[in-house]
Amino acid sequence: MKKNKVLVQNSITYAIVIACWILMQLLSATGHVSSLMKGLMVPLCIYVILAVSLNLTVGILGELSLGHAGFMCVGAFAGAFFTKCMEGVIPSVGLRFFFALLIGAAVAGLFGILIGIPVLRLKGDYLAIVTLAFGEIIKNLINVMYVGLDSNGFHFSIKDTTSLGMEDAGVVIIKGAQGITGTPKAATFTIGIILVLITLFIVLNLINSRAGRAIMSIRDNRIAAESIGINITKYKLMAFSISAALAGVAGVLYAHNLSSLAATPKNFGYNMSIMILVFVVLGGLGNIRGSIIAAVILTALPEMLRGLNNYRMLIYAIVLIVMMIFNSSPKAIEMRSVFMERFKKHKTTAKEAA
Amino acid sequence: MSFLSYLINGISLGSIYAIIALGYTMVYGIARMLNFAHGDIIMVGGFAIFTIVSTLNLPPLLGILVAVVVCTLLGVTIERVAYKPLRGASSLAVLITAIGVSYLLQNVALLIFGSNARQFTSVITVPNLKLAGGKLSISGVTIVTILSCILIMVGLLLFINKTKTGQAMLAVSEDTGAATLMGIDVNRTIATTFAIGSALAAIAGALLCSTYPSLTPYTGSMPGIKAFVAAVFGGIGSIPGALIGGVLLGVIENLSKAYISSQLSDAIVFSVLIIVLLVRPTGILGKKITEKV
Repeated sequence: MKKNKVLVQNSITYAIVIACWILMQLLSATGHVSSLMKGLMVPLCIYVILAVSLNLTVGILGELSLGHAGFMCVGAFAGAFFTKCMEGVIPSVGLRFFFALLIGAAVAGLFGILIGIPVLRLKGDYLAIVTLAFGEIIKNLINVMYVGLDSNGFHFSIKDTTSLGMEDAGVVIIKGAQGITGTPKAATFTIGIILVLITLFIVLNLINSRAGRAIMSIRDNRIAAESIGINITKYKLMAFSISAALAGVAGVLYAHNLSSLAATPKNFGYNMSIMILVFVVLGGLGNIRGSIIAAVILTALPEMLRGLNNYRMLIYAIVLIVMMIFNSSPKAIEMRSVFMERFKKHKTTAKEAA
Repeated sequence: MSFLSYLINGISLGSIYAIIALGYTMVYGIARMLNFAHGDIIMVGGFAIFTIVSTLNLPPLLGILVAVVVCTLLGVTIERVAYKPLRGASSLAVLITAIGVSYLLQNVALLIFGSNARQFTSVITVPNLKLAGGKLSISGVTIVTILSCILIMVGLLLFINKTKTGQAMLAVSEDTGAATLMGIDVNRTIATTFAIGSALAAIAGALLCSTYPSLTPYTGSMPGIKAFVAAVFGGIGSIPGALIGGVLLGVIENLSKAYISSQLSDAIVFSVLIIVLLVRPTGILGKKITEKV
């Protein structure tokens, strides 16, 4: 019975995503999609993947990560770097993109493990600040990094292109603050939707598995979970690194949607991490479908209402505060339950009267 | 000689971090929460001084006074409106709210003052000190910063150890439940802590903007985060720890800027945090808290 309910709920989530895809295909076939909307389709998929994966850390694991954009950045650069390097080896753009996705996910996941090992064994709010720090470190490092490739192999420098000491035929792949230029524009809306579905499949299956239940028990009561023999660090690390790897996938998608990739505060900075957090909080902590809907609405809405653009960040801030107080304050919860009870009583008396 | 001047500038920067870290550490010790908006209160203080001194052409001392009052009121209001309703809620909820407040302050400032950097006129008019026959020059701001940090630290320690309110703060940080039973008004104590922390943030804002005279709505966020690193480094909850952590971090940042790479100095500072958490999660002076079930 319970299992069926979960299955139905998950199927609805998948169905919504597929329905969106069919709708978009129909609209674009009949020419109802503006160029603005077309440009928005792949970023929408990116945001949905980011929101769903962050929800795994924040909603399911109950730890705050403020470096989700940092993991995205790692994935983006790892993926784009691979695509550029393999230009001569694998001629098919699609195949290179596929491998780039895997590599981006693996590298971001690896960074997730590296960050998670020292931090996740600690109690308290350290993860938030360390992930924030990680995002800044990565952005700093990439902005001073120069990597080139010639017949002697890779050259690495943190100064400038000339100090790479390369042959004339060599190619500079990462040019410091300019980043990587000339990545093929391989990302399409269909690929984006497929990646969204894969992300959902991974996250939803994890949540409804033994491991997922262990992760949620850690969130609800760490001490009780530990006392029944759940390995806290292992499961925390598992959720966190999967979340990071999925952010890496979103990063690779991002890198292959634009022809040039640079780590600026705008795309991989703190604000980006906060924006994803707003999606997760507005959609409901732990509610995967909510994250999808919130990501779509909050991305599409400000683009349509250009006039609100100046107030967008302000609205995000207010959404965070109001949602948190309304959902988590002990008084608000009490008030809501009193209200609900009254509502129910009203209903039953109405029924009795009838 | 250049090493010495880097070192002194590092100590000065570290003193600012220490003053900010005090606010973090006190609030964390008493309310068990990470006040993310603390860094942005510094920015508000900076803009308050900017408005008084540069726009209205009033004396700098009045500017600092107004900034302290504005920040204190702001800190108490934030606590009352955003954090107090969440007392007893999960720490995740409080943390997200604090980030929301931080974001709110930044964006309100952005709407009022715009994103262009404002030139901040230094509020400190102490002449530079020349040592060793003019080879080593220490700026007046540096001297004032270091002195005010020492003064604040001593004052705060005296306040906590000698006054009734200070003792109440200690008691609440030890055990909130027992403190309530002893007749301590916990809500008022927490509000006092926020008031003191925010007043210190205003002073830190004045010193920070006098040292680095450019003011944007994001001025406070990076020093705020670094000051948190300093608080963790020194041992969160410990007041002398904030001083030690702040000064060490300032010195590390300035020396790495001078000798390694100016672009990588932030990365190095944040790596310190990760190393500290790996080696000694409680920080230099932090106490290990045993957990009771």
